[in-house]
Amino acid sequence: MNNLLVADSVSKNFGTFRALNDVSISVPKGSIFGLLGPNGAGKTTLIRIINQITMPDTGFVQLDGEPLKPEHIQNIGYLPEERGLYKSMKVGEQALYLAQLKGLTKPEAKKRLKYWFDKLEIGDWWNKKIQELSKGQAQKIQFIVTVLHQPKLLIFDEPFSGFDPINANLIKDEILQLRDEGATVIFSTHRMESVEELCDHIALIHKSNKVLDGKLTDIKRQYRTNTFEVGLQTDAVDTVTQAIKEQFEVLPATFKNLNDDVKLNIKLNGQGNSNDLLKFLMSKAEVHHFVEVIPSANDIFIQTVKNN
Amino acid sequence: MNHLPLIIKREYLTKIKNKSFIIMTFVSPLIMVALIAVVAYLSQLNNDKERHISVLDETGIMADVFVDTEHTKYNVLTNTSLETAKELVKAKEEYGLLHIQNALDDQDMITAVKFYSDESPSLSIMSSLEQKIEKKLTDSKLQNNGVDIEKIKASKTNITIAQETFTGEKTSKIDSYLKLAFGGAAGYLLFMFIIIYGNMIMRSVIEEKTSRIIEIIISSVKPIQLMLGKIIGTSLAGITQFAIWVILGSILIFVLSTIFGVNIAEMQTPQQEMLDQAMQNPEIANEVQGAIQSFFNLPLANLVVAFMFFFIGGYLLYSSLYAAVGAAVDNETDTQQFMLPIIMPLVLAVYVGIFTVIEDPHGTVSTVFSFIPFTSPVVMLMRIPFGVPIWQQVLSFVILATTFVLTVWFAAKIYRVGILMYGKKPSYKELYKWIKY
Repeated sequence: MNNLLVADSVSKNFGTFRALNDVSISVPKGSIFGLLGPNGAGKTTLIRIINQITMPDTGFVQLDGEPLKPEHIQNIGYLPEERGLYKSMKVGEQALYLAQLKGLTKPEAKKRLKYWFDKLEIGDWWNKKIQELSKGQAQKIQFIVTVLHQPKLLIFDEPFSGFDPINANLIKDEILQLRDEGATVIFSTHRMESVEELCDHIALIHKSNKVLDGKLTDIKRQYRTNTFEVGLQTDAVDTVTQAIKEQFEVLPATFKNLNDDVKLNIKLNGQGNSNDLLKFLMSKAEVHHFVEVIPSANDIFIQTVKNN
Repeated sequence: MNHLPLIIKREYLTKIKNKSFIIMTFVSPLIMVALIAVVAYLSQLNNDKERHISVLDETGIMADVFVDTEHTKYNVLTNTSLETAKELVKAKEEYGLLHIQNALDDQDMITAVKFYSDESPSLSIMSSLEQKIEKKLTDSKLQNNGVDIEKIKASKTNITIAQETFTGEKTSKIDSYLKLAFGGAAGYLLFMFIIIYGNMIMRSVIEEKTSRIIEIIISSVKPIQLMLGKIIGTSLAGITQFAIWVILGSILIFVLSTIFGVNIAEMQTPQQEMLDQAMQNPEIANEVQGAIQSFFNLPLANLVVAFMFFFIGGYLLYSSLYAAVGAAVDNETDTQQFMLPIIMPLVLAVYVGIFTVIEDPHGTVSTVFSFIPFTSPVVMLMRIPFGVPIWQQVLSFVILATTFVLTVWFAAKIYRVGILMYGKKPSYKELYKWIKY
């Protein structure tokens, strides 16, 4: 069994509204799994089902090979998108309370909190009230509380919102480190660049249905268009451009360059491989830039959502 | 994993440490005592004033009726005309002038007595004057008709029916008053407790929703545990506050009465004077003794135990309803529409208690209402002093406890769904749907 979490044909209705329709996902152990989808697609419902906040109408969820049961909440750390803490409670007390709710003993929770507070350099916040902290600062506390009990499965819903770039990076590094230490992460976000950076696997939910699922590299391969970004230096710009256009399908390209005179996206429609293209180009001009256009997660997201 | 103690502890400590809670706890008794002191002082101020009333008695038989009291002095005028008397009273700035015309025909006396004053005189003074004149006239009429007043006085009889149950327990009317007073006090206390601390629970549930922490909490504990923890924690805080109030209040009153001991003794309202007089009357003193006697005749052990059970049960039941309302709404302004159905049964219980239980403590209405869980805490507590079989008490409490468990379950259900429904104003129809989820 290599999957930490398996959701099998999960459906959920709210009244007449079908929030999830027969959605199955498998989250491999030790991976960062991106759960993507437009607003209102049903991501949060799925996450709430995994957290046993709501029950699925049909289908089942397994954690580590066992059907979900109440004890499992100790193995899950959940950072909801709608986050909050008791405003008038002191940071330390609150963190201790929430850690104890997750099943840690008080001394153990204290020890771990001290470690994390030192690590994130917020030791002097212990006696502050949450309402005295800024939003980003409160988020840090929330992050600590989520990971403190060392759960096998971490669920982050938009973990970077509210953070400045420095702190966002800090949290990103922490997530990666947790993954390296053996945790499995489900990561829900609208920020495609962080999906690109972090996720090994993704699933895309759209209008209550799963429309895409798999390893990010596999999906990218699936969406590759055999297009190459090309930058050439030549004196005869027009003749070279014309010569290429006669042979290949050409699209305009924009990329930063110093002195490339010809900038094109060239799409290969079965006319050999990239080496053949490169040979052709070399015969025409000096090649400065040659790179395959890899579909970004952003492109895949938009394309998939539009097509469905 | 049982987190209940943890949740109770947190709820309790947060409430206790809350600044406004602390301030209210320590300032309220001060305000109360200050209020009592002010009222007492004001009434004393009023009583200290001496009133002078001039009486122009043309009949010549009334003079001995007007005996000076501590606060009212009479000045009987003779041989003056009404006009001069008026001038005189005005000049001396007296309270007023009572003019009794000499009407030979006693029938005319009804219109023959007049009171002149700057402002309209107080009701109590008027009726006391009327009483005095009436009595004198009645006596003189009786005498004129040849009736011996002494004989009438001698033949006056007072009857108090002594009551006794078949088992030999002596009871009296005062008994009933006492029972009523006990039931009323218990009912009122419960009412106050529910309204003050029920609201507190509701607010604390709403707080969790507005601060959005609920999703984190709910992914760690079962909603029903959270609900129970909140209700118990807040109740404990309420009991703490209440205990502090009682203790502080008694200390303050004790301190005040030692410092101003003499003053308080003098702060006698007219009622107290009457009471003092009454105490000197052997018959009434007897009755007071009877009352003390009947207090000990009450089923005290039963009362205390029943009070604890029904008070706690009733309070918990209503607080779980408050919690459900808190779970259903996003902010306090939305709670109004749900408040009425909570308060209604409580008010109904008090009315049934006052109007029905007194008339017929074991009649159908009283009995039925003492089993309905939403009214039973109040009605049953009012019935118990009159003697209710233990099985009825137990049954009623079991119903109450079961309903409590059901309402907590119901509240938890609403809670679980309510967190998913931010920003949607709940209607009753919506709530029904939530329960079915």
